Amino acid sequence: MQLLISTLIFGISAGGQYALIAIGYTMVYGILRLINFAHGDVFMVAGLMGIYLSAALPLYLALPLVLVLTVALGFCIERAAYKPLRASPRMSVMISAIGVSYLLQNTATYVTGGQPMTYPTLPFLGDTVTIAGTSIKWAVVLTPFLVAALVLVLTQLIDHTKVGLAMRAVAKDFETSQLMGIKINNVISMTFVIGSALAAVGSMLYFTTYPAIVPTAGAMPGLKAFVAAVFGGIGSIPGAVIGAFLIGICENFVKILPFEGATTFVDAFTFALLIVVLIFKPTGLFGEKATDKV
Amino acid sequence: MIEKRKSKRGAFLALVCIAAVLALVVVLENLSTFLGAGSVPAILLPTSQLFIVLKKGAVYALVAVSMNLLNGFTGLFSLGQAGFMLLGAYTYAILTVPMSAKDTVYYLYGGSAVPFSLPDLFGGADTAPGLVLGVLLAIVLGGLVAAFFAWLIGLPVLRLKSDYLAIATLGFAEIIRAVFQWQALGPVTNGANMITQIPTFSSFNITDESGAVVLRLSTFFPFLIAIVCITVIVLLIDSSYGRAFKAIREDEVAAEAMGIDLAKHKRLAFCISSFFAGVGGALFAMYASNAQAKVYTSTMTYELLLIVVIGGIGSVSGSCIATFLYVACSEWWLRFLDSELIFSSTTDPKRITFILIFAAAVLCGAILLTRRERKGEGKMWKAALVWLAALLLLGWLAYFVIAGELKVPLVRDGFRMVVFSIIIMIVVLFFRRGLMGDKELPDLFRKLARRKAGVRHG
Amino acid sequence: MKAKKVLALALSCSLALAALAGCSSSGSEGEAPATGSGSASGENVIRIGMFEPSTGDSASGGKKEMLGMQYANSETPTVTLGDVEYTIELVPADNGSTTDKAPTAASQLVSQGVSLVLGSYGSGVSIAGGPVFGEAGIPAIGVTCTNPNVTAGNDYYFRICFLDPFQGTVLANFAVDKFDAEVAYCLGEAGNEYDQGLIAYFTQAFEAAGGTVITDSFTTNNSDFNSYLNKARSEGADVIFTPVSIAYATQIITQAASLGIDIPFLGSDTLDDNMVLEAASGTDIQLYVSTFYQEGGDPEFDAGIKEYINTASGALEANGGNDTIAAVTAMGYDAYYVALEAIKAAGSSDPAAIKAALWDVEYDGVSGHIAFDDVNGDAVRDTAYIKHSTNDGAWELETVQTVAEQ
Repeated sequence: MQLLISTLIFGISAGGQYALIAIGYTMVYGILRLINFAHGDVFMVAGLMGIYLSAALPLYLALPLVLVLTVALGFCIERAAYKPLRASPRMSVMISAIGVSYLLQNTATYVTGGQPMTYPTLPFLGDTVTIAGTSIKWAVVLTPFLVAALVLVLTQLIDHTKVGLAMRAVAKDFETSQLMGIKINNVISMTFVIGSALAAVGSMLYFTTYPAIVPTAGAMPGLKAFVAAVFGGIGSIPGAVIGAFLIGICENFVKILPFEGATTFVDAFTFALLIVVLIFKPTGLFGEKATDKV
Repeated sequence: MIEKRKSKRGAFLALVCIAAVLALVVVLENLSTFLGAGSVPAILLPTSQLFIVLKKGAVYALVAVSMNLLNGFTGLFSLGQAGFMLLGAYTYAILTVPMSAKDTVYYLYGGSAVPFSLPDLFGGADTAPGLVLGVLLAIVLGGLVAAFFAWLIGLPVLRLKSDYLAIATLGFAEIIRAVFQWQALGPVTNGANMITQIPTFSSFNITDESGAVVLRLSTFFPFLIAIVCITVIVLLIDSSYGRAFKAIREDEVAAEAMGIDLAKHKRLAFCISSFFAGVGGALFAMYASNAQAKVYTSTMTYELLLIVVIGGIGSVSGSCIATFLYVACSEWWLRFLDSELIFSSTTDPKRITFILIFAAAVLCGAILLTRRERKGEGKMWKAALVWLAALLLLGWLAYFVIAGELKVPLVRDGFRMVVFSIIIMIVVLFFRRGLMGDKELPDLFRKLARRKAGVRHG
Repeated sequence: MKAKKVLALALSCSLALAALAGCSSSGSEGEAPATGSGSASGENVIRIGMFEPSTGDSASGGKKEMLGMQYANSETPTVTLGDVEYTIELVPADNGSTTDKAPTAASQLVSQGVSLVLGSYGSGVSIAGGPVFGEAGIPAIGVTCTNPNVTAGNDYYFRICFLDPFQGTVLANFAVDKFDAEVAYCLGEAGNEYDQGLIAYFTQAFEAAGGTVITDSFTTNNSDFNSYLNKARSEGADVIFTPVSIAYATQIITQAASLGIDIPFLGSDTLDDNMVLEAASGTDIQLYVSTFYQEGGDPEFDAGIKEYINTASGALEANGGNDTIAAVTAMGYDAYYVALEAIKAAGSSDPAAIKAALWDVEYDGVSGHIAFDDVNGDAVRDTAYIKHSTNDGAWELETVQTVAEQ
């Protein structure tokens, strides 16, 4: 029983981490119809920046700086690698995203020299607390609440502000909204800024819980977060968050299955679940129905 | 009538070209055997990197073309290529491990659950018929197994649209990989261990009694298989099926209205593409001389996708050219960037070359960037910023020249891949339609010929 | 549009040219190579290849292994054959820790004319690179690749370390002797031949001693080990066996520390690494590893390598930021001297002669006596050091374990 409860706690915490990244994916996809493969790597770079900056600066300076720099990185990637390709076929933009992801990973390998780096222990977030007989870090406890708060803020932003209105318009119809006088580039940049900021916050929570960073550290959380976004119906923020929690919890329960060898299929299980959901609901759990236009 | 004669002439020309390429490969590889190792340049020695790159290039070219058939010609966005390669590679490896080696290869499981080996059935891997028949049969079976799995998952998965299809096929590849890594299947798949001691490309070298090589065919073999497969794909693209695929790519609804059976054709394209991916996987196992599941990751699929896009979506010859450039660039030409570069003197020609190339690259890059900006809104400060960066880089170069330093900074292990990914980004951003667009090599020649003819008439 | 294309073409051409210029400098044999440290032109040079990962998953270990070779090279940079003094030059090639890049890396070494190859850290890349060396007729000495298939079926691969069956058995016996363990929890990376091979042998020996084993695996790039560790605790495991690579090991140890796991951890030679040590320091984790060498085994070597790590450029970063000696570094050091012995015995830089001489080479290195058996060219070794973390940043020798028959 205690095992089940603690697994549930770990699942919720992992889901929360995925959710923070998944929101970035789903917002970008909603607006640009682009799978931003580089998002997971932006997350990894944020972690590395956290390590290098906190070694040089006191934490209260380093962490805000990480946030600012990650946002700047996300903004620059969009301007340099995606904006010039706006008129090109969608596959080209996706290749550009893969290229950026490649570049970030290789640069990280070069800078770290291939060594795994250890994330600094953040005060309070890194302290442990005992809940239901399981000792866990505060970061783990806080993540779900933070995610819930963020979803609330973001949905308010999208539903009730002018920027949000513009985002919804662009997501609905790219060209028409341009004709209506919406500055598309600003809206898209805004999306990347929000996504990157969430990735930066996510990296602090994630790497406090799982402190070793290798250049591919962003790949798996990135892919899982993307699956979560597809799962919940890509483009929908609450969908992505629910998808992320579902995946986090399922994954952790697969890890404790008592069958020999079942754990080989942790990732495979996630993907199998995704394929099954897609077959029955081709646009995800909460996705809008796409109709063919003739 | 004229059209027909023209296409006949085209086919003949293509055949001649193929034969010439194959002959060139054989001659190149055997020069050192014919003339003696001392009399040829180092690059033509059989152990040179040139041949390794050619082998890997041939294998990747086949897989890239098979991916292009799906993504470029049919418009189905699939990311499952690595999974199908894995199926082909494992089928090949499981079926060709010699009986005598089974106990050492499957040492964790006390032997293999597959009680036969294809080359041994035909007389053993050291006899010519056993080797050729066994290997070819295993390669074809590898393709068939991949095609069978494609057929199985095709029905549900192909109903999905664009990105959803991509993520579903990516997921399928991951599931396949997990299955092959499952220890419980060890007696067949060897679990996490790699399957080794399989016949490789080098097994096709012809040796005399003493074991000395008489004729090297180790590069010829992958070229032959790849060229045959690619020819089949090209013929398919030019057939009525190919036209149906292209119609689906252009507009699904219109294609359906014209009477094309969408589900059937999509599934057909998916199976054929997977078949050749499986064949490519079998060849890859031969190239790497082992089969191990952890190699066939999504990274491999991304690599192939990069090749397809760099070559031009919808261009077979583009994919082939891009493959060789990509493989050579990432694994051969840039390797010098991985270790410290120290020039032995300030007037070392290599140092001068480096300085010139660096200056040229900076200037070209700056001009490129500013021209791009001018076309748009034309913001002065952006151009100024670019030129400032360029000046700084040139300033550093000047310092490098004046100070007479002998060591190139930044160059250490890992730098190769950074430079390589920057090159990729340049290609992706500035050649938006890839190297060839959707044109083929003959199209380019025809265009050239027409231009020449035009000049003559004018 | 046209001008832009031309410019872009010019840019990529210049980059390609740069590449070609570089390849001509590394590809051509006769002239002095621009690569490598201390390249001596015009003298008699023997090249030894370092086939090691410096990027990818195993980069950390590969770099530490290279450190040992480089230190040995700085200590003994020449060898005298007959009356001629030859300079030994170490040529690195990065195999990127993946088997699909290993053949090209191996062929790079071959085309640079090496007489002998050392490495690689990681068995998979060694198995993949092996045939390339075999075809070129160049012998290779595996330094710390412990998988039986590295040398089996490849005449040209030798090795100086013990094998997986031995190590797995040693650790299983140790678990039974020291902790009276009855239940063991094994955790390894799915699809990694190193992890799964060791777990298989551990299981064999542990079950033979009457224990039960629970085996789980995690997928590549996984970083959440909480549920696994919790499962191990609730299953009542007496020891946790984690023969995983360095990055995963640090994750497991830190997460176990925050979960307050008090079950002892057993690790293989990969865990003998200062990153892992750092993760364990300041915690209550009990961490035991089996390894090839224990710091203090040879004070002279220890002092020398520490000085080298602290002074040579880039060595400190390669060693992970401090000067704790990894066993792989000691092994790399020994491998270099074994190579020298072989060259001396062969009396030339000819790979075929070196290969013939290698079978009979015997050498007393810092990690013990080294000799090759005459079946596969594996090391004849029956000793493993087991040490435990003192949790203040150092290893302490626990016991020296031997197994009568392998």
